[in-house]
Amino acid sequence: MSMIEVSDLHKSFGRQQVLRGVNLTVEQGESMTVIGGSGSGKSVLLKHIIGLLFPDKGTVVVDGLKLNGLDQHGLNEARKKFGMLFQMAALFDSLSVWENVGFSLKQHTKLSAKEIRAVATEKLALVGLKGIEDKMPAELSGGMKKRVGLARAIAINPAIILYDEPTTGLDPISADAINDLIIDLRKKLGVTSVAITHDMHSAYKISDRIAMLYKGQILEVGTPDQIRQTADPIVRQFITGSAVGPITAD
Amino acid sequence: MMKWLEHIGEQIFSLITEMGRVITFLIQTLRWSVSRPFYVKNLLKQMEVIGVDSIPVVLTTALSTGMVLALQSYTGFKRFGAESLIGTVVSLSMTRELGPVLTGLMVAGRAGAAMAAELGTMKVTEQIDALETLATNPMKYLVVPRFLASTVMMFFLTILGMVIGISGGYFVGVKVLGTNPVTYINQSINNTEVKDIWFGLIKALVFGAVVGLIGSYKGFNTEGGAEGVGKATTGAVVVSCMLILILDYFLSALLW
Repeated sequence: MSMIEVSDLHKSFGRQQVLRGVNLTVEQGESMTVIGGSGSGKSVLLKHIIGLLFPDKGTVVVDGLKLNGLDQHGLNEARKKFGMLFQMAALFDSLSVWENVGFSLKQHTKLSAKEIRAVATEKLALVGLKGIEDKMPAELSGGMKKRVGLARAIAINPAIILYDEPTTGLDPISADAINDLIIDLRKKLGVTSVAITHDMHSAYKISDRIAMLYKGQILEVGTPDQIRQTADPIVRQFITGSAVGPITAD
Repeated sequence: MMKWLEHIGEQIFSLITEMGRVITFLIQTLRWSVSRPFYVKNLLKQMEVIGVDSIPVVLTTALSTGMVLALQSYTGFKRFGAESLIGTVVSLSMTRELGPVLTGLMVAGRAGAAMAAELGTMKVTEQIDALETLATNPMKYLVVPRFLASTVMMFFLTILGMVIGISGGYFVGVKVLGTNPVTYINQSINNTEVKDIWFGLIKALVFGAVVGLIGSYKGFNTEGGAEGVGKATTGAVVVSCMLILILDYFLSALLW
């Protein structure tokens, strides 16, 4: 059963056409990674999947529910199926680590502060962090922020986790630790994952399937092995990171 | 010539578009103000940040203005023997005009700027998007408490400004310049009506709403990193101050 179905998605900002008919299906429990160059529309696609942006044309269906057309209440209910890890973690500066992790529990459940803190501690342990509950985001390193962001994303046991450039800005060792964490969480929680990245090492490691987004359209979808063996010159140039080929640098 | 006209046309069009966006933002804010859930803790925090933390700057401004007003009007009135009117001038000016306007400008400079900078930083670091992904309406969670706190606290800060300004005027008029205290107080009370105070406080409510609305709007529409936050902050202060001064005239004309 498909968990996410994106059909004929079009989106423009002013005169700039970013998505030009994206079609993508993500199965339940699958780990899908969308790769593509900077400005290819990866973030815009991800924001459509969680209903932060709405298409000019086309549909996004999540777990059988069409997102465009929902009112604010319906949209908020749909968003409770998701957890999202942002590129720079997007932790709330004014809240401590445990308050960040427990934010959605505070907003949407009747748990006491003590119970929320206990859940936050448990989720932090799942991402390999202990004893930092009372720290503020400004006191954390980049890797720790991402882990806290991940703990926040899984706090309400979502069915789908979205990752926006999960390894960007991290050193290679921290980046690989985040990759392992993504795989580990998927095994433990059985969630559907959608990641966007241009880090091919990460894409090969965490994905069941990889989709290449180019000029607002999905160019190719396949398993990591199929993508490695691709005959498409554009996909080949991107995955090998060559400056020579049909894709030109900005 | 055509290019110049085109440029003027574009500027007018973008101004009208921006006004439309601000009005839409206001309507959304008002709409979310009356629907559940109510973030009371956020509201109280903003009342402290916008209101309580602005007390020193409002006190200093009001005290200085009241004192200077008494001093300057004494210099003028002495020339035709009307020193006894100082109290009237100070109390009328502080209640109808200077109390609300100066408090509005001071709060716009302090709290409006902070509001735009904080929300702008949240916008460019995707914290506002994060709120939405956590199924929390950012307008309700961030904007409504700031808008309400700014409106309510401007009302109380203006009362404080009026009292301190009038007290400052009394101190200079009576203790420094030697005007008869009974005459000073009688003139102030007899020539200041309750409606003068209400006119000032209605202005304060409007100015408070302007500061909360523009600070939040500019913050929410920040783009482009640190530079964008800087522009939003400057924009919030400039637009709020301009609106306060423009609305002050129309409100004065309306509440004659």
